Amino acid sequence: MQELWQALVQAVNLIVSLDPEVIEISLRSLYISAAAILIAAVFCIPIGGLIHFHDFRGKRVAINVIQTFYSLPTVVVGLFVYLFISRSGPLGGLELLFTPAAIIIGQVILIMPVLIGMTIGALSGVDKAIRDTALSSGASATQAMRAILFEAKFAVVGALILGFGRAISEVGAALMLGGNIRGYTRVLTTAISLETQRGDLVLSLALGIILIGIAMVVSVIMNILLQRY
Amino acid sequence: MVFLQTVDLEQRAGAAVLLNRVNLSVEKGEIFAVIGPTGAGKTTLLRLINLLERPSAGDVYFDGEKITGPSCNAIQVRRRMAMVFQKPAVFNSTVYENVAYPLKVRGCHGKTARSRVYDLLDTIGLGGYAKRKAKTLSGGEAQRVALARAVVTQPDLLLLDEPTANLDPGTVKMIEGLVMQFNRERGLTVIMSTHDMQQAQRVAGRVGVLMNGQLVQVGRPGDIFYSPGNARIAGFVGMRNLLKGNIVRNESGIAVMEVNGRDIEAVSDLPAGSAVEIHIRPEDVVLSLLASAGSARNNLRCTIKSLSASGPLCTVIADCGFPLEALVTDRSAVEMGLSPGQEVYASFKAAAVRVLPSMQG
Repeated sequence: MQELWQALVQAVNLIVSLDPEVIEISLRSLYISAAAILIAAVFCIPIGGLIHFHDFRGKRVAINVIQTFYSLPTVVVGLFVYLFISRSGPLGGLELLFTPAAIIIGQVILIMPVLIGMTIGALSGVDKAIRDTALSSGASATQAMRAILFEAKFAVVGALILGFGRAISEVGAALMLGGNIRGYTRVLTTAISLETQRGDLVLSLALGIILIGIAMVVSVIMNILLQRY
Repeated sequence: MVFLQTVDLEQRAGAAVLLNRVNLSVEKGEIFAVIGPTGAGKTTLLRLINLLERPSAGDVYFDGEKITGPSCNAIQVRRRMAMVFQKPAVFNSTVYENVAYPLKVRGCHGKTARSRVYDLLDTIGLGGYAKRKAKTLSGGEAQRVALARAVVTQPDLLLLDEPTANLDPGTVKMIEGLVMQFNRERGLTVIMSTHDMQQAQRVAGRVGVLMNGQLVQVGRPGDIFYSPGNARIAGFVGMRNLLKGNIVRNESGIAVMEVNGRDIEAVSDLPAGSAVEIHIRPEDVVLSLLASAGSARNNLRCTIKSLSASGPLCTVIADCGFPLEALVTDRSAVEMGLSPGQEVYASFKAAAVRVLPSMQG
């Protein structure tokens, strides 16, 4: 337990003293995962809407498959993307391997099923009467969808927070696709993994506390924005 | 002028027939009530008119145009109508934004739009509520917001689906008043569904009775209340004393029928031997302690089974060989000293007995 207390003190020290390396790693984690969640949101919320608002054969099966991929292992995503972007892969020419972009791609794929599935769930949770009321008020199909999405905003933002949490806390894809290069692709999780192997448990724990702190701040900010709009 | 018409309108869900060949026509500027028990198809009918559902067969004509065809622009049609649903649905935004929503989707934002919303909020008695979250409103307030949202665009046709179900009497009165006011001031055509016959009587000029998906009777509220087309409608509109009997003889329009061993005389043209259902309105039955009570043709000796007061009136159930319900004022029940087990005379005029041909099945 001694380590935990020391870690807490050190985490506070690292933050208060604005330790350049810790700040840099933290900002990179934040930037990569924020980019991943934004890109994923742009695709996944409309895809979730499309699936929810249209009836097609195999819809139930499709939703089950999406939900299965909630538990997609991060290392499997890492491996999958690696196959595509490694030098001999089909996208090898883009030279993406061991860049921040590679980590973003991996995280986008990782959180897509969660975002799509939870968007569908959020939209299903909206009272059917909202759609009727919107259409009856003269809304077009698109306007009605927007009204429903607006009603589901709390659940959708919840999905975004969850997706962000999954992205910033994963280590498999970041390690396999980013390579943990100091000053370039090292993020909080890969740094924790490295420092633990090196035996610096206190620094690892301190970085872990910072990671949770970031997640907390993001969630609080999102909720404040949600209350306001 | 016929403003809205349905022609052989049918809706099925799997094997179930929700609406069966409904032919309805509503005049411009009238309030038309569709009454019927729960599950009769009232909601389905209104949703089909509002183009929220597609019919399995048949058509809807609105202001002379067929609106159920594939070439019809549903949005343009819906923008001339408005609908209030049974369960008040409000968007999770402010009261102002809720009422302004139909204007917003039509691209109206200006000063006139704003003042119209504020005027309406005053009209529905929620003047100071503009900035409040609509989700925090009570059921009655939310339904008033829904009504304001429906009329904010000054539609040609207002559809109300049981707009006052489960609301307190004060709100019911207010909503009925507002609907009648909009109808009077703007000539707004209204189709409302209700399971409350008395509401239909208060609000509507004409009433259609929908039962098991079929429109079984259309007429003025009084016609349906006093001359229901069959025993099922009679039961639905609150007719008590529904009895089965057989006509024994008919002497120039006065039929004598036998009901559980007692003779009852009624005005009817049905011939002897007809199986009939009759009903007698409880308020037409006079109870007295002595046998000769005026000119009424029917004068039956009976035993009081129970008394139950509600407000100024008292419902008395008497046994005449069949149970007969009578409505007396609470005061006269006390004055006459009515009590269970007592023997009294129940009298009613032959004209007060309504005779309907017996329904098969």
